[in-house]
Formats: sequence, structure tokens, C-alpha cells
Amino acid sequence: MKYDVRQLPLISNEEIARGIFDMRLRYEQDDLPAECGQFAHVYVPGKTLRRPISVCDASDGVLRLVYQVKGGGTKLMSEMKAGGTVDVLVPLGHGFEIKKDRRYCLVGGGIGVPPMLYTAKQCDKPVIITGFRDKSLVILQEELAAEGETLLCTDDGSAGRKGFVTDLLREKIADTDEVCACGPTPMLKAVAAVCSEFSKPCQVSLEERMGCGVGACLVCAVKVRKNGEEIMQHVCKNGPVFNAEEVFF
Amino acid sequence: MSDLSVRVAGVDFANPLIAASGTFGFGREYGEFYPLSALGGISCKGITLKRRDGNPPPRIAETPSGILNAVGLQNPGVDAFISDDLPWLKQQNTVIIANIAGNTVEEYCQMAEKLSETDVDMIELNISCPNVKSGGVQFGTSCESVGNITGEVRRFCKKPLIVKLSPNVTDIASIAQSAEAAGADAVSLINTLTGMRIDINSRRPIIRNNTGGLSGAAVFPVAVRMVWQVSNAVKIPVIGMGGISTWEDAVEMLIAGATALQIGTVLFSDPYAPVKINEGINRFLDDNGIKSVTELTGTVKPW
Repeated sequence: MKYDVRQLPLISNEEIARGIFDMRLRYEQDDLPAECGQFAHVYVPGKTLRRPISVCDASDGVLRLVYQVKGGGTKLMSEMKAGGTVDVLVPLGHGFEIKKDRRYCLVGGGIGVPPMLYTAKQCDKPVIITGFRDKSLVILQEELAAEGETLLCTDDGSAGRKGFVTDLLREKIADTDEVCACGPTPMLKAVAAVCSEFSKPCQVSLEERMGCGVGACLVCAVKVRKNGEEIMQHVCKNGPVFNAEEVFF
Repeated sequence: MSDLSVRVAGVDFANPLIAASGTFGFGREYGEFYPLSALGGISCKGITLKRRDGNPPPRIAETPSGILNAVGLQNPGVDAFISDDLPWLKQQNTVIIANIAGNTVEEYCQMAEKLSETDVDMIELNISCPNVKSGGVQFGTSCESVGNITGEVRRFCKKPLIVKLSPNVTDIASIAQSAEAAGADAVSLINTLTGMRIDINSRRPIIRNNTGGLSGAAVFPVAVRMVWQVSNAVKIPVIGMGGISTWEDAVEMLIAGATALQIGTVLFSDPYAPVKINEGINRFLDDNGIKSVTELTGTVKPW
């Protein structure tokens, strides 16, 4: 059986920036067999749908899910207390494919930054570009800095450079073999355009309103190009990570 | 251990739980959680004559105790289903129901004819999908059109025929009677109730199709009422569905008049729900000294 629902003990669940929480769950084995870029589908008591949250880290027996409170479900998640257990379906989806001997540039925007920590751990000295709306939303900088060279920007210049991740990407792309990105769709579109301009491969992690999380209910649809044909795939099963060239932005 | 087996239109099910169409794909994903033989049957994702890509996303929105969806019958087409999915499904030791939808009566008939030559166990006529522009529910909202399409498909269908009814009608019992009179072997109900959610900031409907079908625990009381009304109005078996989330819900739906059950939306929060619900039904039967689940059907004592 490929899938299993796990009841994982909740170690901590703290607010690390305005409305952004860091949930840490104890995993039974030493390491969760998760690829970077995969996600966990979190059961929220009283809700009909689970909440898909990307894996921020899965090392040393701890699964970290860093998420933003956006609605009723994530609000309830933020109120879960250490000492209890959380019902999670993990790992799910197709993550980033990281090859050896490649120079990676990882680009994260806003709540798309967390999966870049676990991704950075799989890369050899990556360049990590992160962007946020303002300084109150900046997260994970010290931990990312331990994994590679970090560059920070905010829309209003209140932390790091004023500007967008694509401005920083343009400065680094000549020394990059491949780009991995996660963030809002307009950012992914812009990152993919820069990569295309410089003929660099690019993997993007997409988001869509999700149901079952395993590819059965077909709600999180995304249109992609495969072998010259336009077909519907699904963020939960075929993604969330897709080759940017296949995606219709 | 009580007897959980049921028979619907001559087809034997190991237990009364059938995965509801549209929530379970063609079974492969949930087959990665438990053997599909845990289910009495699978009603497969609705198929059409030709491949359909479905509606643009977003296709889902959460609602109080439920969800709205508007997938729009994304499927690979009947021929791909027969060649790529049916052979695998038939190895899973559970009843396989093909759910068919079309733009025209002729398309339904063509699919019924094709599927009658396969080893699919039953055919479920989907005349209740609220999320497609043509076809679907337009055939399911008047007695005349339900009688007509059921009668036409009956001529081409050599398999036991289930007609899946829409709750978006004035009198579901008379619609069920029309299906029965035209040759349906069973009816299944309810499909989703049409609903809508709007983002108050963007003033855009959350679902790209604007409206969607409501399912989940929120619709359960409506489903119980309709199953009760329909089972009192027809002699053919009723397959009850709509928001069943616990074993108590399942028992309630059987008592209301259902011979078998379909479950769907609950899978999204608990993929193991069918296994747990069967265990709960079994405990209930044992605790009450009831030998067979069939003894529950239609035993409601109305005031």
C-alpha cells in the first residue's frame, strides 16, 4: 500500500511571523520518506476537506509544516496544541527532482518559501532567493542561510532589497544550471519567463484548490502540454511540481 | 459477524457500501490505501462517449459541513475506460458499475451498447450532473424526459440499469416512478444539490463554473428524506447516497429505505471511511441481534 494516514504527535505549533505558523510533528522513523516539494494533507476536525501543506522539512524524525492562516481551516490548525496528535496523509505528490553536480537557484515567494528549505538541503550549495511583501512576513532566513547563499527582497524594501525575486534571479541566472520555484502564480510566471529567456530549465510548484489529495476526485486540475498535446493533469498527483515549459500560465 | 451482503437488481454485493461516482476515479488511487474488495462496489467516474477535459479550475469550494464541486465530467472517454481501466477494475473482486453521461440520448444509447459487450457488472445512467452545459441534468428534471431516456437506453442496455436521480426537482418520487416504468432496474439518489459561493472581496464565485454541486454531511437529511419518499413510491431497489459520513448515517439511510449505499465526500477527510462504516454496521447488527443487513431496509416507523 502506497498511502497511509498517520497520527503524528504534535511537538510545537508556533507563530513565526504575522499569521504564519511552524507546525512540528514527530515522525516515528528517523526520516520521513518525503521528496522535497511534496506535501502533507492535514485533517482538521470539523472540516470536510483536508488542508494541503508543503513539506518545509523532514529531517531527524521531525516533519515541519509552515503554513499561513488564510481561512477557517488553517485557523483551526493554528489552534492545535502541543501534546496532541495530528492526522496527516503524507507524503503526497510529485516533488522537485534534484540532480547531483548541478548548480541550483531556488526561488520562493511568500508562503512559497517553506518548501525551499527541504529542497535546499537536497542541493549542493544552492543560491536561495526569497521574496516577501514586507518585513513582517519574512521567515526562515537563518535556516536557509545554513544551506546556501541567500538573497532577500521585499516589495516595499522593508527587509533586504526592494524589488521582486526576478530582479535577483536575473543577477544569478548566468551561474545557474536549473531553477526551482514556489510562490504565487504571477511570480512563477515571471520566473519561468526569465528561465526561458536564458534557456535554463525550471521546475515550478503549483497550487490549486484540492479535494482528495491523491488524484481521484479530479478537482485540482491544471492544463499542461505533454508530447505536443494539451491535457489535464492534477496538482495533487502529477504535481505539485511541474516542468515550467509544460504549464499554461 | 452478521451478513452484510446485499443484492441489487440481481447483482450480489459483499457489503452495502459502493464508492460514489466522481469521488473515486477508476479506483486506482484508493486501491493504494486498502484492497478495493473492502467495498461492495465501485461506481466509476462518469464517462462520456468522447474524452472530456472538464471545467477550468477552481473546481471545488468548502461549505459548512460540505463541499461544492464542478469538475464537469473530466474523463478519458468510454473506449479508454473499456481498454485501460475496466480490465484492472475487474480484477479487484468488487462490483463494477459504469456511470455514463452524454450530450444526447443517442450518446447514452451508444455507450450502453458498447458497455453491454464488456464484463462491467451494472450501468448507472447519470442524468443528474449539474455541472455540464448540455446533457446531464437536463434529462433528469422532468418525468417525461426521464421516462424517455430510460426507455431508449433500456433498448440498448443488456446490463442491470441504475438511474441516478437529481434532487434539484419538485417531486423526486414521481421522477423515480417514471424511471421504473421505463425499465430501470434500480434508482440511486441523491446526486448533488446545486449551490454557489461568492468571494466577498473579489465578488467572484469561488468556483469557476459559478455554480457547483453540494455534497457532504450538509445534504444528508435531504438525502434521507428523498430516499424515504422514493422507496415508498417504487418497487425497484433504491441505492441511497448523499452525505453519509458515519456508520450511524449508513444505518439511518438503510432504515429510510435504501437497499445499498454510496459514499463519496467523506473519503476526502477519511480515505478509510468505507472500512470503518462497514465495521460499524456490523457491530450495530451484532449488538441488536440482527442477522442480515437486508433486514434494516425500509424499517422506518413513520409517525
